[in-house]
Amino acid sequence: MKNLQKLAAVLMAVMVVLCGALLLTHEVSAATEGKISGTVKYEGTPPHMRGIDMSKDPYCAKANASTSPHMENVAVGSGGGLENVVLYISEGLSGPALSQPATNVPVFDQKNCEYTPHVLAMDVGQTFKVTTSDQTAHNIHPNPNPMTGNIPWNQSQPPGAPPVEKSWKAPEMIEVKCNIHPWMHGWFAVVKGPYATTDANGNYTISNVPPGNYTVTAWQETLGTQTAKVTVAGGAPAKADFTFKGK
Amino acid sequence: MRITLHKSLLCMAAVVMVFPLASLAQQTKADFDARIGMESHIANVTGHAKNAQYDYRRYCVGCHGDRGDGMGENFPWVDPKPRDFQLGIFKCRSTPTGTLPTDQDLSDTIGRGLDRSNMPPWNIFTEQQKADLVAWVKHFSPRFATEKPGTPIQIPSEPEVTADRIKAGREVFSRVQCWKCHGVTGEANGPSASTLQDDLGRPIAAFNFTEGSRPKCGSSDQDLYRIFMTGLDGTPMPSFADNIKPDEAWDLVFYLRTLMSEPSKEKAIAKQLGLKPVDTNAPAQPSGQQ
Repeated sequence: MKNLQKLAAVLMAVMVVLCGALLLTHEVSAATEGKISGTVKYEGTPPHMRGIDMSKDPYCAKANASTSPHMENVAVGSGGGLENVVLYISEGLSGPALSQPATNVPVFDQKNCEYTPHVLAMDVGQTFKVTTSDQTAHNIHPNPNPMTGNIPWNQSQPPGAPPVEKSWKAPEMIEVKCNIHPWMHGWFAVVKGPYATTDANGNYTISNVPPGNYTVTAWQETLGTQTAKVTVAGGAPAKADFTFKGK
Repeated sequence: MRITLHKSLLCMAAVVMVFPLASLAQQTKADFDARIGMESHIANVTGHAKNAQYDYRRYCVGCHGDRGDGMGENFPWVDPKPRDFQLGIFKCRSTPTGTLPTDQDLSDTIGRGLDRSNMPPWNIFTEQQKADLVAWVKHFSPRFATEKPGTPIQIPSEPEVTADRIKAGREVFSRVQCWKCHGVTGEANGPSASTLQDDLGRPIAAFNFTEGSRPKCGSSDQDLYRIFMTGLDGTPMPSFADNIKPDEAWDLVFYLRTLMSEPSKEKAIAKQLGLKPVDTNAPAQPSGQQ
């Protein structure tokens, strides 16, 4: 009889744990619905973006014959929207949203002797791919600080080269260069957790954010960072707009 | 009173937050002391960091500095700049780009020196002294305490030099566009040569094959093979391991010999063939991937 009671107690305990686990998983799957969205604007006269002389490589010059290539350090759209700003959650994240890297594979292409996109955001540990669409040789040379755990490397990508697949170990804004074409300059923005990059109009949406209170950071390569507090609940996306003022 | 408390709390929070960053950037003597037990293993010789202190002080510290960061008292006067051992990034490796060199690689660099720099060949050292110095060099970087060296690239045995292989090597030189920096004749006058910078943003020259200099990471056929397959980390020279197959790599080594000023079998064959420099206006030849 006593044994039976013990068994019942154990069974009850197991059921409580199972129910708890079930409830928790339910909560997590509902949680992935949360979003943070907004617009990043530039206030003031956009700085002049220096033109690029590609004449040293006839392939590059020809590929850009009908456009006028220029630097992309500050890319302001017609409505004042700021492109290539990386938005990420700098405080308040915990659990799987933080510990499980995203599984999609973002692509950094070398096209017409420029980087597309100019800024590639990614999660720590997320695999990304570097491709080349060009019929001229590039070398892809990110230069992180090895003390962070991110180790610099330098690989050639001649015409028709296979993609290079890599990932980074720590959050860091990493400059990328091509030594063959010194004007080529881009960024790997490595952050922890969900992220987004603004489009040509300055709009962004960070998806897969569990409900909670967060600090969102907006990073722009030359204008620096700004932060905002947001609360994500079920339903409509939380809003966070940013304005960077011209210097 | 309350404000002061808040301030001191804020201050403490700031210190706590900044401390790890500071320690990332600046290693202290305590960090180095914690790694004084560092060893190296080269063939059957074991090197001990602590045994290299005298040699380092006498021969190395003037350039490489007592913190191993390349900021010795000669720093302003030497170019290329002395290596920063704390970063663990080295030009001459048998291991893939982005990985630590082996102990043997570091010992070879000490013995060989780096041509066209202030680093002479240290042929006064015994194997034991070099092994001790390798361990000492490693103790400056936290990376050697936590990371393993890369797996050395495999170099297949060297085939016989033939006219066909030299011609094939010329095709590789053209396809992967070595000439972008090194020039079609190997004179380091390619279209990108004048704008090359190292990882510190300092001007750096591509290797000139034609003036009789020794390549920085060795001048044997195996050394040449290794140089373009691993790349020279910290410089513009990338790794070509993903884009040159092992057999083609030997072809390229043979073609590079034809550009060098030293007499060689390859040079004689190239002369017989009447081999011309590659034509950079010829349409690019993709390596069959697209």
